[in-house]
Amino acid sequence: MFGDIPFIAAGILIVIGIVTIVTRHNLIKMVMGLAVVEAGVNLMLVATGYRDGGVAPIFTNAPSTDMVLPTVQAMTLTNIVIGIATTALLLSFVMIIYRKYGSADVRDMRRLKG
Amino acid sequence: MKQVMTWLVVAVIAGSLLLCGAGLEFGVPAYHDMDDYMIAHGQEETGGNNIVTDVVFDYRGFDTLGEATVLFTAVLGIGLVLRTLAKEDEEYEYE
Amino acid sequence: MNMSNLVRTGAGLLMPFVLVFGFYIVIHGHLTPGGGFQGGAVIATAFVLLIVAHSRETIRERISLGFLKNTETLGLMLFIVTALIALAAGIAFFGNWLVNTGSLFGTPVAFGINPGDLNTGGVIPIMNIAVGLEVLGAMSVIILAMLSVVRGDA
Repeated sequence: MFGDIPFIAAGILIVIGIVTIVTRHNLIKMVMGLAVVEAGVNLMLVATGYRDGGVAPIFTNAPSTDMVLPTVQAMTLTNIVIGIATTALLLSFVMIIYRKYGSADVRDMRRLKG
Repeated sequence: MKQVMTWLVVAVIAGSLLLCGAGLEFGVPAYHDMDDYMIAHGQEETGGNNIVTDVVFDYRGFDTLGEATVLFTAVLGIGLVLRTLAKEDEEYEYE
Repeated sequence: MNMSNLVRTGAGLLMPFVLVFGFYIVIHGHLTPGGGFQGGAVIATAFVLLIVAHSRETIRERISLGFLKNTETLGLMLFIVTALIALAAGIAFFGNWLVNTGSLFGTPVAFGINPGDLNTGGVIPIMNIAVGLEVLGAMSVIILAMLSVVRGDA
């Protein structure tokens, strides 16, 4: 039961992020919700690759050769960099929207509606 | 009504996440043949001690190429978007 | 906005250490935890330190955006060219054409748990340096571009 806490924490983080994206009206808070979802996905990936008693997959002065899975860690690295890129792009879009409408609230952007 | 629909969608997402995570067991990865191969042969095939770097730059080099392209494109987009704003700023200051 | 003299001097004193640490992470990417992305991010924080400590006019005069953009492009080009040379050497795209050749980064690695040798790894250190350059340029360009459109004191 308590052994699965990393997966439960990852699920809770993802749900918190999705709730933030769906229910908030401020664009910056929506971007923050997306960042929380990314954090949950990263935690999920790293927890999937953990092996009981394993050490980091680096052979330089390693304490043992019983190592955790390296592929998920590489994918997490990819995910972090892509998350930074998308967050920066979204924040610059929020900057241009704020300059145009004087507000970062989605309800104020009437002209964006179809 | 809208609120009810929102929370219904959230409940469906949380339930499906729980269903996906129910079969997982922490500390015992289900499929690990490929990673065992990388740990056993990574040093002789790529010559690096850090297996994660070996995976990123050698076994999954295309992945890293795409990632670098995504980063480059994002920076290009940010430069384009914000340069428009900076030009508006200059006109704003001259008025 | 201009921080106090103490903050500016402290940032100037700390900046070389941050740069050395970042380059250490990039160069030792195939031996210790770290690599190109992490080291590039650490080096970019040195620029953030400078930007926080000094005024915007000083930053605009001293750090040129074009130079950072060229750094980013150079990193991506070095990455792709390193991967393409493998085709000329007769192996697959992204093949490791330098490993175990005895030349630069080509010393055969000791298998199993070993203390590590910097001169191993084949093309992995070169790609680490390329990606480090690219991430350094990208992060700095993002921060400078976002700073350039902020109105008023910031």
